[in-house]
Amino acid sequence: MADLQMVVSQVQERFTSNVLEVVEFRGEYTLLVTPESLLNVLTFLRDTPTCNFEMLIDATAIDLLGSEPRFRVLYHLISMKNNLRLRVKVPAGGENPEIPSACGVYLNANWYEREIYDLMGIRFSGHPDLTRILLPDDWMGHPLRKDHPLVYEEVAFTHNVKRLHEHKPFAKD
Amino acid sequence: MSMSKRPEKAKPVLAAERAAAEVAAARTGAVRTGAGQGVTLMPDPLDEDLMVLNMGPQHPSTHGVLRLLLELEGETVRTVKPDVGYLHTGIEKTSEYKTFTQDIVMYDRLDYLAPMSNNLVYCLAVEKLMEVDVPPRAQYLRVLLVELTRLASHLVWLGTHALDLAAMSVFLYCFREREIILDIFEMVSGARMMSSYFRIGGLHDDVPAHFNEAVQNILNIMPARIDEYEGLLTKNPIFQERTQGVGVISPQQAIAWGVTGPSLRGSGFNWDLRKAQPYSSYQDFQFDVPLGSHGDVYDRYLVRIEEMRQSVKIVQQALDRMPDGPVITSNRKVSPPPRHELADSMESLIHHFKLWTEGFKAPEGEIYMGIESPRGEVGVYLQGNGTAKPGRVHFRAPSFANLQAMPGMCKGAMVADLVAIIGSIDIVLGDVDR
Repeated sequence: MADLQMVVSQVQERFTSNVLEVVEFRGEYTLLVTPESLLNVLTFLRDTPTCNFEMLIDATAIDLLGSEPRFRVLYHLISMKNNLRLRVKVPAGGENPEIPSACGVYLNANWYEREIYDLMGIRFSGHPDLTRILLPDDWMGHPLRKDHPLVYEEVAFTHNVKRLHEHKPFAKD
Repeated sequence: MSMSKRPEKAKPVLAAERAAAEVAAARTGAVRTGAGQGVTLMPDPLDEDLMVLNMGPQHPSTHGVLRLLLELEGETVRTVKPDVGYLHTGIEKTSEYKTFTQDIVMYDRLDYLAPMSNNLVYCLAVEKLMEVDVPPRAQYLRVLLVELTRLASHLVWLGTHALDLAAMSVFLYCFREREIILDIFEMVSGARMMSSYFRIGGLHDDVPAHFNEAVQNILNIMPARIDEYEGLLTKNPIFQERTQGVGVISPQQAIAWGVTGPSLRGSGFNWDLRKAQPYSSYQDFQFDVPLGSHGDVYDRYLVRIEEMRQSVKIVQQALDRMPDGPVITSNRKVSPPPRHELADSMESLIHHFKLWTEGFKAPEGEIYMGIESPRGEVGVYLQGNGTAKPGRVHFRAPSFANLQAMPGMCKGAMVADLVAIIGSIDIVLGDVDR
């Protein structure tokens, strides 16, 4: 883990106050950085030979309902050369959470960010094609948000089909 | 309430209507950026030869419900735009409403051709979060079973891939052997596919009698059978013609697109999590990581065939050196007391009841765990929030990542090659859509 510590201290040195927090948990390091510095941090991590995080392995988001900023977007990076993993975390909050898109740094951020937009409702400025990916285009809401209820469609049988259709929008037409 | 009062709800659009609209938009050059491939679908409006074709979601060679929007110039593919999500079930959302143990059963359904790999990565993630040690016998059995899963998964891949390229008999042979492996899964867990045999801290139960003979049986027949498949395909001129130089991806491109697993190794990049970041005692096993050199469909085929041989080797080692002992941790925080204790110990009964009704509380913190599934790196991001239910579970699906790289492999290919390319990246739509 010594190498990972070196990477973390390098980033801290380079981006001083833009690194909001460094967390170590179960041997994994998480860097919380400001949205403004995200692209620079990712580029630095990708291109600096001592870091060399050449692949974005995953990106996702979490909802910390009740705190502000409410969301965190996470980028999981992997350096195959140095055999290291690192997590970069960005806060996103406000009415319309928005952070810069990482597509320019890692090509494959494209689908991951679409998925986050689709399920969590975080927008990515500069994303080439920010549309829903898993849900239908006409879907309303972002189901992975904590204030979105877990609902399910009741199965229609002959004995309850009338009652079920009463609640459906098309039944009123 | 009248419909007009609803806030701008778009009308549901039928897939066919949408395809027609996209075709019309493509004609006028107004189609949005192609998903993932970083190129804009901007056809020349004067180009009369251009055609937009809808492939899937009901198409036998898309290996599930994958829809591709193709832009064709004659029979040459200009751009490919995958449209996914037909199989989205919201498993990640449902996970947040179940306890850690209850969650296990859902992850079989993601990558339904490699259920054990999904179970393993999730169990390893929870074990990392809870700091639970797994007894050696359970670790070896897990390795044995995930390698059998790899074999079974590669057999389905090989059978369907060959079937797509019109080699019917390989499909029948592959499914014949796969059934023997599924019988072993049924033997240990009671289910052929949705096994849910792994538990947090170990396994559900020890393997039954005659397990060793059943595994030894498949190990004895497999090498000759793999030779048989190879005999039908590897030097087959038609197969070579269809696969060599098709769907090429360089290692640099593959890394930029986040491709992992056999699809990355087919390009000649040596990266296997079983070697690089060993988990579940993989460091105890001797095996080679096969590498391709051209990064085409044929090399990905060769890599997977060789991986099957290596899996046989690993399973044999696991079987020969299987340690004795318990198959689930004695850490009572996550694992229930043994069944016989429930009969005469009130405390054990209460403990069992509490574990099964309330579950165990995970500490606050977040972890990521990645393992090598048959398709590439399958990873779990897990956020513990101090309760008995996960705050967030996210699956890093290898098929999702690899599918995103596919449009780049298809540029300039023929429509018929597309079928070979889809087969060669070995996607499972349950894994893509989650």
